[in-house]
Amino acid sequence: MLYRTAGQFKTSYQADQALFPVRQDAVLLAIILAFAWGGLPLLASEFAFQTLLIPILIYSLAALGLNLLTGFAGQLSLGTAAFMGVGAYACYKMVTLMPWMNPVVAILLSGGFSAGVGVAFGIPSLRIKGFYLAIATLAAQFFLVWLFEKWGWLYNYNASGAIQVPNLTMFGIYVSGPQADSRVQYYVVLAVVMLMTWMCINLTRGTLGRTWKATRDMDIAAELIGINLMRSKLTAFAVSSYVVGVAGALFVFMWRGAAEPNLFDIPLSFRILFIAIIGGLGSVMGNYLGAILIVGLPVVLGTVPEALGIPISSATVEHLNVMIVGALIVFFLIIEPHGLARLWALIREKLIIWPFPH
Amino acid sequence: MLNDIFIKPFIDMVEAPDFLLQVLWEGLVSGILYALIALGFVLIFRSSRIFNFAQGIMVVFAALTLVGLHAMGVPAWICVILTLGVMFLLAVTIERVVLRPLVGQPDIILFMATIGITLFLIGLGEIIFGGENKVMITEELGIPTDSVVLEPWGGLLILEQKDITAVIVAALLVVALLLFLNKTRMGRAIRALGDDHQAALSVGISLQQIWVLVWFIAGIIALVTGIAWGARAGVSFALEVIAYKALPVLMLGGLESITGAIIGGLLIGMMEKLFEIYWGQPLLGGNTETWFAFVLALIVLLFRPQGLFGERIIERV
Repeated sequence: MLYRTAGQFKTSYQADQALFPVRQDAVLLAIILAFAWGGLPLLASEFAFQTLLIPILIYSLAALGLNLLTGFAGQLSLGTAAFMGVGAYACYKMVTLMPWMNPVVAILLSGGFSAGVGVAFGIPSLRIKGFYLAIATLAAQFFLVWLFEKWGWLYNYNASGAIQVPNLTMFGIYVSGPQADSRVQYYVVLAVVMLMTWMCINLTRGTLGRTWKATRDMDIAAELIGINLMRSKLTAFAVSSYVVGVAGALFVFMWRGAAEPNLFDIPLSFRILFIAIIGGLGSVMGNYLGAILIVGLPVVLGTVPEALGIPISSATVEHLNVMIVGALIVFFLIIEPHGLARLWALIREKLIIWPFPH
Repeated sequence: MLNDIFIKPFIDMVEAPDFLLQVLWEGLVSGILYALIALGFVLIFRSSRIFNFAQGIMVVFAALTLVGLHAMGVPAWICVILTLGVMFLLAVTIERVVLRPLVGQPDIILFMATIGITLFLIGLGEIIFGGENKVMITEELGIPTDSVVLEPWGGLLILEQKDITAVIVAALLVVALLLFLNKTRMGRAIRALGDDHQAALSVGISLQQIWVLVWFIAGIIALVTGIAWGARAGVSFALEVIAYKALPVLMLGGLESITGAIIGGLLIGMMEKLFEIYWGQPLLGGNTETWFAFVLALIVLLFRPQGLFGERIIERV
């Protein structure tokens, strides 16, 4: 009933192709955004910021980047975490070499380095397809993590081999490092994620996005109708790695505060792939739903035994968590292989015609 | 610099041939184990187009079950049989619960499902057996633990007997597998399924039975790998990382080829050891084994996109 579309007529092509052809979608998004900007920061505790809000946003962004490559352009990648690492290390080098730099500008620029590395590792995609390409991206994963460990210049020859985020200010307010307030960090992350999402939505709706989708659906056919496959695939790698790199810089600067090379190891890549797939490949919104599920679930599960008063050790809880997450992944794949975004789309269709289904 | 890259390593090799042989032998043994894991991948991929990421954790799980059962006081050989039973149960469960509802889904979905299985098994294994490193029951299984010392060219070459056993067992397993696939009815059915699902179904081959069978064989291979690798390095979840090593082997050898898996495994095992000892440690700070295999496979793939022995990729619109 709330979703009734009666009376919303489209009289031009522009109106039909608008981002929100149904007015209620725009209203819903406005409510969510208003809540994210105004409501949550007032309600949330420090714990919620650190374990839920900030990581969910950052993971969504990383998954969005991966989704551009895998869901929109059809190139399966298992090296996401390494590209996040490139973003994080690039950002670290920039702010330590040029301390006067605005941290947000540094974060946005660091994606550029990641994009460059992404294009270099994307070149094999011109020859290799499918699972062979997926394994080839693992080459990036293992090589880059090894490089983070062995190339001392990257972490300024620290004795610990880890990067430590310095205190950085923007307009006189600490935004990163130990002195920063999580609320400020939340706002910075939210702003960057919104900017990126807006950019990605419009990219995927435009010429570039359509080229990617054609490449994904059948690359030979796409080539025959005049799409330059090389440009299509490499731009997909570049844009995807850019977004992933920015997410990586946010990951370390706005959330973790410090990073060792093995933080960017393969489990992180898989985690992001889970988010993208459970959320729905080829969807922008799905990444947020997937991140809420994959990041939120372990936190919720972790509090359950305590709340019920069941005495089990924290190690067992952790292992149970891994088990349950694994089972849930299989479960979600079985009930809806196209992800949570499709689930939401189905619900929305139902709502629009409710209560008269015929 | 150029001298360090192009000349010195080869001079080192010629000057100490016994050390070179030792390095090659070490590489060969790890190569055999990579090949075994890759074999499990290939079998499942051929018969169901599923890229089974869970092969690595199956190795760990099989080894843990074996050691865990023995710790409860069961005689070693009965443990092996019981473990095989567990692997069979695992195969049936996976087919029933995971694969059957997902028949016909895109490859990536099935791939993700096997990662889901991996996570599930990691959690389950940690809860049942605990995370600490365990010792493989090498002696109880009758595997000799001495070492053979050879002296070629007045040098010194140490071959551990358990490594020799591993090589022999692996070779026997491969021969048995090839005979099974080529000479028996079931083996032919597996290959038929690999060639064309629908055609195989239409001549009355049961998809479900074959999948259980294939996953069970992968389980047997996992157990053998687990014993062999566990004898070298102990049984723990760290074993799982060797599963990643099987991936470049698959790329190099081709996803469908059993010969490819074996030759690719041996090649990668030896090349990465050689590179690590003669180039990696002196020039790059060591630990190059984590990525060398992938980069090697990537370079090969640029010239042969289907791997060395993979099926030729024919694309139609």
